[in-house]
Amino acid sequence: MSPLTGIWRSLDHLERPGDGSEEMQHREFPEGASELSDEWSRRQFLKIMCASIALAGTTGCTRQPLERIVPYVRQPEEVIPGRPLYFASALTLCGFARGVLVETHEGRPTKIEGNPGHPASLGASDAFMQAELLTLYDAERSQAVIHESQVSTWDLLLGELAGAAKKWQGNGGAGLRLLTRHETSPTILDQIARLLVKYPRAKWHEYDPLATELAAPRYHLDKAEVIVSLGADFLSAGPASLKHAHDFTLARQPKSTMNRLYVVEATPTLTGAMADHRLVMRPDDLEDFARTLESGTGSKVAALIAADLHEHAGRSLVIAGECESAVVRDAARRLNQTLQNVGATVDYPAAGRNSARNLQELVTDAHAGEIDTLVIIGGNPNYDAPADFEFGTLLPKIASTIHLGLYRNETGVACRWHIPEAHELESWSDAAAFEGSATIIQPVIEPLFAGRSRHELLAALLEEPFSSSYEIVRAFWQKRHAAPDFEQFWRKALHEGVIEDRSAAAPASSPPPNPPPPRSAGLHLLIRPSAQMLDGKFSNNAWLQEFPEPMTKMVWDNAALINPATASRLKLENGEVVDLKFRGRSVRAPIWILPGQAEDCVTINIGYGRTSSGSIGNGVGFNANTLRLSDAMWGGSGLEIGKTGKHHDLVTTQQHWEMEGRDQVRVGTFAEFQRRPDAIAKSAELPPRKDETLYPNVPDNGRAWGMAIDLNTCIGCGACTVACQAENNIPVVGKEQVGRGREMHWIRIDRYYEGDPANPAIFHQPVPCMHCENAPCELVCPVAATVHSSEGLNQMIYNRCVGTRYCSNNCPYKVRRFNFLEYDENHFEKPPTRKLMRNPNVTVRSRGVMEKCTYCIQRISAVKIEAEKANRLIRDGEILPACAQACPAGAIVFGDINDPVSHVSRLKASPLNYGLLAELNTRPRTSYLAKLRNPNPELEQI
Amino acid sequence: MPQLFERRANAIARATLIAVPLVVLGGWAVLLAFARSDFWTGVDSPVEQPVPFSHQHHVGGLGIDCRYCHTSAETSSFAGIPPTETCMTCHSQIWKDAPLLQPVRDSWQTGRSIKWTRVYDLPDYTYFDHSIHINKGVACASCHGQVNEMPLTWKTNQLYMRWCLDCHRHPEKFLRPINQTVKMNYQAAPNQRPLGRQLIIANHVHTDGLADCYTCHR
Amino acid sequence: MNAEVEEPLVASGYDSASVTQKITDIVLKCPLQRGWLGGFAFAFILLMLFNFAIAWVLSKGVGIWGVNIPVAWGFAIVNFVWWIGIGHAGTFISAILLLLHQDWRTSINRFAEAMTLFALACAGLFPLLHLGRPWVFYWLLPYPDTMDLWPQWRSALVWDVFAVGTYLTVSIIFWYIGLIPDLATMRDRAERKPVQLIYGVLSLGWRGSARHWKRFHMTYLLLAGLATPLVLSVHSVVSTDFATAIVPGWHSTIFPPYFVAGAIFSGFAMVLTLAIPIRKFYNLQDFITIRHLDNSAKVMLATALMVSYGYISEGFMSWYSDDKFEIYMTLNRMFGPYAPAYWLLIFCNVIVPQALWFKRIRTNPAALFIIALLVNVGMWTERYVIVITSLHRDFMPSAWGIFHGTRWDWMTLIGSFGLFATLFFLFLRVLPSISISEMRDLVHKKSESSK
Repeated sequence: MSPLTGIWRSLDHLERPGDGSEEMQHREFPEGASELSDEWSRRQFLKIMCASIALAGTTGCTRQPLERIVPYVRQPEEVIPGRPLYFASALTLCGFARGVLVETHEGRPTKIEGNPGHPASLGASDAFMQAELLTLYDAERSQAVIHESQVSTWDLLLGELAGAAKKWQGNGGAGLRLLTRHETSPTILDQIARLLVKYPRAKWHEYDPLATELAAPRYHLDKAEVIVSLGADFLSAGPASLKHAHDFTLARQPKSTMNRLYVVEATPTLTGAMADHRLVMRPDDLEDFARTLESGTGSKVAALIAADLHEHAGRSLVIAGECESAVVRDAARRLNQTLQNVGATVDYPAAGRNSARNLQELVTDAHAGEIDTLVIIGGNPNYDAPADFEFGTLLPKIASTIHLGLYRNETGVACRWHIPEAHELESWSDAAAFEGSATIIQPVIEPLFAGRSRHELLAALLEEPFSSSYEIVRAFWQKRHAAPDFEQFWRKALHEGVIEDRSAAAPASSPPPNPPPPRSAGLHLLIRPSAQMLDGKFSNNAWLQEFPEPMTKMVWDNAALINPATASRLKLENGEVVDLKFRGRSVRAPIWILPGQAEDCVTINIGYGRTSSGSIGNGVGFNANTLRLSDAMWGGSGLEIGKTGKHHDLVTTQQHWEMEGRDQVRVGTFAEFQRRPDAIAKSAELPPRKDETLYPNVPDNGRAWGMAIDLNTCIGCGACTVACQAENNIPVVGKEQVGRGREMHWIRIDRYYEGDPANPAIFHQPVPCMHCENAPCELVCPVAATVHSSEGLNQMIYNRCVGTRYCSNNCPYKVRRFNFLEYDENHFEKPPTRKLMRNPNVTVRSRGVMEKCTYCIQRISAVKIEAEKANRLIRDGEILPACAQACPAGAIVFGDINDPVSHVSRLKASPLNYGLLAELNTRPRTSYLAKLRNPNPELEQI
Repeated sequence: MPQLFERRANAIARATLIAVPLVVLGGWAVLLAFARSDFWTGVDSPVEQPVPFSHQHHVGGLGIDCRYCHTSAETSSFAGIPPTETCMTCHSQIWKDAPLLQPVRDSWQTGRSIKWTRVYDLPDYTYFDHSIHINKGVACASCHGQVNEMPLTWKTNQLYMRWCLDCHRHPEKFLRPINQTVKMNYQAAPNQRPLGRQLIIANHVHTDGLADCYTCHR
Repeated sequence: MNAEVEEPLVASGYDSASVTQKITDIVLKCPLQRGWLGGFAFAFILLMLFNFAIAWVLSKGVGIWGVNIPVAWGFAIVNFVWWIGIGHAGTFISAILLLLHQDWRTSINRFAEAMTLFALACAGLFPLLHLGRPWVFYWLLPYPDTMDLWPQWRSALVWDVFAVGTYLTVSIIFWYIGLIPDLATMRDRAERKPVQLIYGVLSLGWRGSARHWKRFHMTYLLLAGLATPLVLSVHSVVSTDFATAIVPGWHSTIFPPYFVAGAIFSGFAMVLTLAIPIRKFYNLQDFITIRHLDNSAKVMLATALMVSYGYISEGFMSWYSDDKFEIYMTLNRMFGPYAPAYWLLIFCNVIVPQALWFKRIRTNPAALFIIALLVNVGMWTERYVIVITSLHRDFMPSAWGIFHGTRWDWMTLIGSFGLFATLFFLFLRVLPSISISEMRDLVHKKSESSK
């Protein structure tokens, strides 16, 4: 135990006094400390030796190189060089559309934002949506048609298909199989339907590793006062999560009432972290719990929760997790019916078609040799299909396999044909949102790598005369909306980014629910999608690889998450590599001890351990799919752990997880708040008064920018982190650099634990630059590279910085980031395509300079200039920093704190408002609203 | 013991004592002067261009307005370099086979852009916005000089930061009435400073924070 | 102190001639010994290592070092403070002891001053290497630039530039002026023409006339007066690099005096580390006598006690302040991940020097040498503890981290020894390592008093 404090600190600390990052302490030098491993010639050595002598001063005064200006030959009408254009489109997650607005500069997409008009995004975004931009520019996406691992052409493929078509016309398409992911695109579904008409004996199969329910219940969290989640991570997972987060926070505001959230789960999720009562239990216990909740008898806890539900009949909601067994799901449904919640807080749409067959049939047919042509449209079954299907051994059995995909992934490599797919931002298409409304997907850039769209491939199969995706999609909608005003309809659809025509709604099919696991002692395996890689779709995306996993804060790895008690019983420690054996299959995984994990439950995330992902994703983490079985898609009991004696370094962005009684996060209950509103935030040492200084106060008339972050609504999803990275050209530095404490994120999300490691309270706190009015960083900089602006911004001027790093030492919040190396030249940032992606309004920082959050000064300037030109004032909310714009919970609010009616000033006037470390008299412009919990008083007593 | 040094050694020694500091300080002064020299900054030296375009002829001679070619000067950060199309509006009619204009015609036929060389090239970490300056009464000529008298184009200011700051700290020294910003023949009023002070109000120039770092650096 | 009751400052049986003879011969007569060559070769290899490490850090960036966020300052700063400190003893001996008429300083002040210069040469490099963009270091200097910008005077780092700059200039001049009469002696005793010429030029036509001597003593005294405050000011300014920050463990008013004491402490340790081998190697035991060692040891003991007081008051203040950050910092120093470093410095700087209470140890060169070495280590560790442990866990637990020196950190540290040693070996070969003129006075006085 630590001699410093009675309370446990980081988990490593429980085992051994010392520092959390023990994997670093074991080494003499941090990994990669020496750069000598670089190949380097004698010539280079001499060059550098000379440089070392010559460099002094001379580099300072180099003359600018001549630059060229390349104007258009014919300038497009709408383009004004230097001004961005925005296009409404959609990106799909598990097949479901989420509306986006794409910012483009001279034809280059540079930023993705949620489309406020779209029901599934409501203007917000998550890490996946933000990171699609990087995938678009990924130079490792497949770039050519490959035939038997030889570069080939589209026309040759057409030739082969034409040949096959003759046969199919004869036999009605026997032996032709189509394998897609979940398709919601009306146009695609129409094309497939027509294909199946043309070839009656052809079959269409659908497989999506996340098997998101197409006919998922639709929750209205804003109407629910008591919510019980049975293993559901509705706030951060799934295609409706953004709407859920939005609605949930509406009812989370401390007004006359505040909603209450019970979460019952086996592995900590962001939803669990928001819970007022979080119950930790194994999946099989969870089933019993669901039953007792229904009967209202049994455990006291269940009874109390049931009572609370019934008190709020019609205003309550029970949500079952998609990874839970049918038992739990049905229980939840029945509960909602008995509580008269159906129609009030939840709708169960009628389950639609089931025309698509599942993967199981495809596999059996393939083994029966009934398939001669398999067309795989998107997806990567060879990697993510259940292990017992042995998909890899099955592909060679099929005469002709064709794969269309963004990457030449595990499946693409194994197929005879691989066709590069056009990214959703590169081609015309359409898709439906989770609640049925359709969106036209319009391209914002020409395909970078000559990709083909799914429509073109299907058209080829249909032997239709070649037409572009644009024509295909437009033709479909013309057919569906055959009215004289079609042109208007079309333009409106493109402009608004959403079509209210629900008739295009996605037909539905249900995923295979988990069979009730046989009750058994021993360890329980939980397989879950990754918050970074999703199902592996993003594994070549460096932003998401370096995006700290919200619970573990781990980057560039996945691990076997295990509960502290179980770990000590099995004598396991962080980073220890073990053999996970599950029903005859096994995989090697490093251990990570996670507080709040259920005892005897081991959680592993899919999406890692890729082999044909690209230089970024290959070999990162282990492949959890090897333990994924068709009858236990989300795991089950009967897991065994074998020691290997090996160690694997796991890297996190936060090593220390306890608040040391420094109340960075201030928490109270809703009841306390109603009694004494200001008691919670003012709990700690108060900051000195403004006049308690020898120096004249800076006059703060005119505009004064400030930010308020509401910890009560922040769900800790981290969308802000990636949004900021995209907006501000923040480099990726790689595992080794992060391991040495050099991650570059301008806004980080701190995660603290409080209480019993078995089930602690979990807090999230976004930390950007505080823009202190008395900024400690400013007075220590010898060259005045960081100074205050007239509007109270703490300015950081890269081109003046000489890199003494004194400012970072003196920053109590440690929000400053330093370019220790030339990160812009590293493996992740070098590719030329990355340069196209840069935000032209933000300087790309060179080696040796400090950087930090600027409140998105480029956005402030843009709005300011427009307002100045129009001689008008800046409207409240007109300026949105990237983080605030992305936040699905609206927890980050920015504005003028000298304007008494601005949203931000109203928040800062709240009794819950407090400044982080304000007792240091830094007078932070970024302030926090204390977190409120709304526990069930009776349950508290137990 | 024989004499080691001749008499003049003393003189030399004394001379050296004086010379050394002089050389050091002098060298430093020269360096500073050099950094400000036109040779180093390229002020007043015409820049080689694919087409020897003459502002003197087009602006001075024909009286074409700046904004005819630099269309986005009032609306965007970037003033805009005319697309080949703009040149061809006239030069498909007049001088349509002048050899000088061959590159223009080529660009028009091939669809390949003309690659002009920048005359005013700010470092990439400096963000200048044309529109706000034009809209607040900073004239084209204030930075670009009398282009109407330039047969070839050259820059007339060093673009050093102190030069920018001079105006950002004392706009009254340079402001013009807004309707005069694109005029090339504008005569600076003798009472520029008092006038400038009035213009600051008339043009709604908010002087506080004009010299903030973030005004230009992001 | 009284030269008669105590051991003599010069062994008996020396007159001006023989003193001069003995000292100048080291340079002019005695051939290259194997010992010197070996030592020099070794030092030079280290110097090349230094150059290599510098080349690499300039080409790659400070990222090759262990520095990170939160520990943004590492070895570069530690080494800088340590070397600067070392320098102080030289000035202390030559300036302050001169003003206090301490005759015993005579035979050690020359190489002590040399030590100061070479230490400064090493110290001066580190702040430059430390910069993220060393090639724009001159932005820390006030000069009329094209940006209309000046350094930020509120920053202690700018004060540093001036403090160290002044210190370097004054030390060089002081040292050189002191050398002039000796250079003349060398010129006169040298046989070969080129050698005569070189020393001749350097001695600026010194003829040893009464006027020369009068001016010389005047100047020397004035410079001593000028250098004296520097001994106190320079390290005080250096200490403000830390004291003006808000970091717990840095933000402390005791830093200036405590740093100055530490500087002289480590300086004398280094003097002994050099003096003891030299007197043996060039058998100068007659000039650098046990008396010198004894006195240096006493100074060390005194400064050691001051430093210890510093440690104690730091601990006391953190408790007395009742500031949660200060208290945590102190406990973390003592029991946190860097506890070994902390206890090592306590052992070297507080425990070990207590041995100096005993005359038997003060007068035993071998023992003194070992103690001096330990103190050098201890003082480096002290700076390491101050810089690293304060930074690695400050206000935000979420941002806490750990620091390890990489092989490049160690190469730059060890390499700097190479630079120092190389310069010192050259100094021994080409300049009189003991002030001839002052020794002559001493011998003269002695013979007077013994009459």
